[in-house]
Amino acid sequence: MQALTNRSKNVVDKKMTFMERIYLPAILSGMWITLKHFFRKKNALNYPEEKRPFAPVYRGWHVLKRDAKGRENCTACGLCAVACPAEAITMEAAERRKGEEHLYREEKYAAVYEINMLRCIFCGLCEEACPKEAIFLTDRIVPSDYVRQNFIFGKDMLVEGIDPANRIDVTVRQKHIQEHKTGSGQ
Amino acid sequence: MPKVKIDNFEIEVPDGTTILNAARQIGGDIVPPAMCYYSTLQGSGGKCRTCLVKVTKGSEKDPRPMPKLVASCQQTVMDGMEVANITSEEVLNARKGVVEFLLINHPLDCPICDQAGECHLQDLAFEHGAEQTRYEFERRTFEKIDIGPYIKLHMTRCILCYRCVYTANQLTDNRVHGIINRGDHAEISTFIEKAIDNDFSGNVIDVCPVGALTDRTFRFKSRVWFLNPMNAHRDCPTCSGKAVVWMYGNEIFRVTARKDKYDEVHDFICNTCRFEKKALSDWTVEGPRDIDRHSVISQNHYEGQTQTVR
Repeated sequence: MQALTNRSKNVVDKKMTFMERIYLPAILSGMWITLKHFFRKKNALNYPEEKRPFAPVYRGWHVLKRDAKGRENCTACGLCAVACPAEAITMEAAERRKGEEHLYREEKYAAVYEINMLRCIFCGLCEEACPKEAIFLTDRIVPSDYVRQNFIFGKDMLVEGIDPANRIDVTVRQKHIQEHKTGSGQ
Repeated sequence: MPKVKIDNFEIEVPDGTTILNAARQIGGDIVPPAMCYYSTLQGSGGKCRTCLVKVTKGSEKDPRPMPKLVASCQQTVMDGMEVANITSEEVLNARKGVVEFLLINHPLDCPICDQAGECHLQDLAFEHGAEQTRYEFERRTFEKIDIGPYIKLHMTRCILCYRCVYTANQLTDNRVHGIINRGDHAEISTFIEKAIDNDFSGNVIDVCPVGALTDRTFRFKSRVWFLNPMNAHRDCPTCSGKAVVWMYGNEIFRVTARKDKYDEVHDFICNTCRFEKKALSDWTVEGPRDIDRHSVISQNHYEGQTQTVR
């Protein structure tokens, strides 16, 4: 029969030679390869302690940014939710009251902001749609969980902290988006 | 019956028809946009200048072109008149300038504004405006005013189209709503911020082309594109009772009058229907409204005729 491809190999049940029968050379050459790898550069990292630098295109756990004065940027305009192809974002707006000016930048803010992380496909259209530079996809990996309910991230999981130590740096991502926008615009 | 040619489309219209209305009878792209003209309000128009067109031939008897661009909502047609709207570079440039002027004092707070998504100025700027503003000075700002328990006036966003004033004049019996001061200082006012308590005062919200007059019962509740507009009616002793209810699930978020394709209301509705009847049991829902496919409101909606698969 003619072979369909040239990749097929004929199996030959030939008798092994003496050197092959004692197995030692094969074992030693295998051990030599193992030994070589001891002195090679390691590929694996001890993940939670050590982290690999992420590419700026990496899109992970979302963050809702605050401005320099610690006020939330998001005004619940709903553009991220309408841009979201997976319909993962829901929000409820509320009016800022007197005395809350240090918490919210605009007179309207998101009282409820939820992203269903099981629905989210991390496409980044929400950050592209955002007119207030409020939402960004960061290089943080979304933690795993056993309960589906825990994947609906509310504002407690999304908004960054007020104090500088708890801020989440998105400058690399921001620069990348900017370059992407001006690049595609021309 | 005078014959008029608009962008090379010929139409015969009755005497006294304006160019804008003649263009609307032809329909399509050649209809000039209008921010202040409102067909159901007498005397409206001539303020915003977005409907400017070029008359290239005055009439059969006097074929000279008109020296300046004219406001098509005010200029009546004459026999043999030839009008250029989108075919004239001059008109498109002038319109771009008008949009820039309208946006000089208009705040760019669309993410906050309740009108966003159904705002005429947004559409106008998107279709005819420049991408960026050249204006560098401080914009004029006003304090927000509550006109009664239902209406919020945010004067900063107003483009002074006077539509609400005409509505207040023509729909309500005693005028408590007008414009004070002049020119750059002009301001919609109810005179000493007095509440309007006429039954039809809520219609000023519908006629407002921008977000200057908004519904306080709907303030920041949702965005228009998250809601499903449904035709609905109820037995109302004061008005026709024909309205649009904007629903989210089984909840009615707001009620507006029915607008035609130029966003003009023909059946004005009363305040009871608009502000107080927000339970589903108050209304007989007829079915979903036809939404323009290009409108943001049609996002994530099934709309138009659905056909059965054979």
